[in-house]
Amino acid sequence: MALAQQAELNAQRADIRSRWLLSAPALIIIFFAAIGPLFVVLLYSFMVKGDYGDVKFWQFTTDAWFKVILERDIFDDSITIADAHVSILWRSVKLSFATTVLCLVFGFPTAYFISTRPERWRDVWLFLVTIPFWTNLLIRTFAVQELIRNEGVVNSFLTGVGLIDAPIQMMFTDFAIMAGMVYVYLPLMVLPLYASMEKFDFRLVEAGYDLYAGRFQVLRRVIVPLVKPGIIAGSILVFIPALGAYVAPRLLGGGKTLMLGNLIDLQFGQGRDWPLGAALSITLMAIVMVALLVYVRSAASSEVRHG
Amino acid sequence: MAVSQSAIEAKRVTKEFRGAGQDTVRALDDVSVTIGENEFFTLLGPSGCGKTTLLRLIAGFDFPTEGEILLYGQDIAPLPPFKRPVNTVFQNYALFPHMTVAQNIGFGLEMLGKPKAQIEARVAEMLKLVRMEELAKRKTSQISGGQQQRVALARALAPQPKVLLLDEPLSALDYKLRKDMQIELKRLQLETGITFIFVTHDQEEALTMSDRIAVMSKGKIRQIGSPHEIYDHPSERFVANFIGETNFLEGEVKKSAKGQATVKLGSGVVIDASTPADMDAKGKVTIVVRPEHAQLTGEKNGVLKGVLENIVYFGTDTHFHVQLDGGGEFTVRQQNSRSGAKVPEQGARVGIAVSDDAAQVLRD
Repeated sequence: MALAQQAELNAQRADIRSRWLLSAPALIIIFFAAIGPLFVVLLYSFMVKGDYGDVKFWQFTTDAWFKVILERDIFDDSITIADAHVSILWRSVKLSFATTVLCLVFGFPTAYFISTRPERWRDVWLFLVTIPFWTNLLIRTFAVQELIRNEGVVNSFLTGVGLIDAPIQMMFTDFAIMAGMVYVYLPLMVLPLYASMEKFDFRLVEAGYDLYAGRFQVLRRVIVPLVKPGIIAGSILVFIPALGAYVAPRLLGGGKTLMLGNLIDLQFGQGRDWPLGAALSITLMAIVMVALLVYVRSAASSEVRHG
Repeated sequence: MAVSQSAIEAKRVTKEFRGAGQDTVRALDDVSVTIGENEFFTLLGPSGCGKTTLLRLIAGFDFPTEGEILLYGQDIAPLPPFKRPVNTVFQNYALFPHMTVAQNIGFGLEMLGKPKAQIEARVAEMLKLVRMEELAKRKTSQISGGQQQRVALARALAPQPKVLLLDEPLSALDYKLRKDMQIELKRLQLETGITFIFVTHDQEEALTMSDRIAVMSKGKIRQIGSPHEIYDHPSERFVANFIGETNFLEGEVKKSAKGQATVKLGSGVVIDASTPADMDAKGKVTIVVRPEHAQLTGEKNGVLKGVLENIVYFGTDTHFHVQLDGGGEFTVRQQNSRSGAKVPEQGARVGIAVSDDAAQVLRD
């Protein structure tokens, strides 16, 4: 009896060993490419900044973390909130959130449309959705610029037909950044949404109508709960890169309106404050993780409520 | 005089679907039918005959190309499906997978804005009606096919619709369960007193449950009548063929009057047959005789004569396939008994006796 138990235990151990062995390549990559560098960044954020960039090794300080949201007046040493950083943080969160919501608003009907087409047409529509991926992000962003700048397509059209006298200032505003991000990230919302809508049984919509649910109620009580995995996945895929977006705020915000990504870039470049850059990077990651936790939690709890 | 009210009245309804390219498909062709209150009415026909289309028009998922549908005398064309006091049991049940059994059943009432206490009471009542009390809290994915079927029924019955539409609800169940559910459905219809419109391609289902049956093919209703009328007095070849097994005999009408005709068969034998009420039978006609309404006899006593070609044993009964002298085949079905009556051998010459009132003249 004891012998059999021992044999079973051995088999279990061998099984666990082989699983580790199988996943080893992936684990090694993750360790060296993600966890390792992350640790380096964390370490840098606690060091004294070098005079021309870089850091002074093994001289530890919490200065960088202090500077993330606070600043010390150079004359009287009084401590105040770093307005610039806080407003950039706030703008990043606000614009990313708005971008996610807008992508959902535009992406949901798109995904619904595609998944209700006859099967042979769906691939064509999906293919069209992915076309923007063929072009470089920079070029796509310049295209948005071409549309919304003062002499751009939208403004020339509006002035041309006489709807407005002077061009509307859209470039270098939060709107411009958001428009650019919605455009760039929309496919990332549509694709996971489509993936879960494709599995959706549209006969349930008829069942909903049959049971006295109007259009909005069918959407809210039948469709949304069942495609929720797609909504969650799409929102995550849009929100995370939007929060760290670099190109859109740089080109469309014109360097005047920064987001976190640009602020971090600044520290490693002209700012020559690598520890602060590192601390801001970790902060960005923390925001993402908190946001994800809150989002997934609330999604899970509403799941329980709806049964 | 108390006239039984009509629950559903379809008036000259035509439905066309645009097919691939230019051609349109006529799913329903000038169909008129009146379905009475509290009736168990079955639409029976092969797939593609338009029976489900008619059901969907009543439910409001599609709209007629021409004609109108009245619900208790009122045209329901302007009403979207969520405003029609009609509920559907779907072929695949279409239960909401993210809700429990009880939530599914209560959904319709909830959408109607009924108070919570009333919904709970009604759901409990429905669970009891379909004998599912213990599974109220289960997700619909965690129950068996037969149970899902009962939940779908309870969900559709809960809002107390004026008419319940059932779209081949038993087709996904195995034979034994289907038998049980047939009885269950009939019981529910009697208990609730709701008009049931039942769509099926299974003639046996139609015969066992219905008050009346409409046999459909190619977008038209071929015959409407009680199961008994449909089976014993089919008016067309299609109906006779689709329901049960049938022998067809060709002949010529000698004389006819008041639903009766005397027909001379090709072999020269003369037999009496009933005719459809509105038919003036004359000339060449086809008559049908059900296999169980004929008996094997000695060669001399038979109306029809021929050679016994094949004997097929079915347990409850035996089929005798006879090659008739005048050409054509004829099947006789005889009930088996344990003692095993003496039967003729294969290849023997036999006669076939046809019971009185067993033959029916077809319209076409």
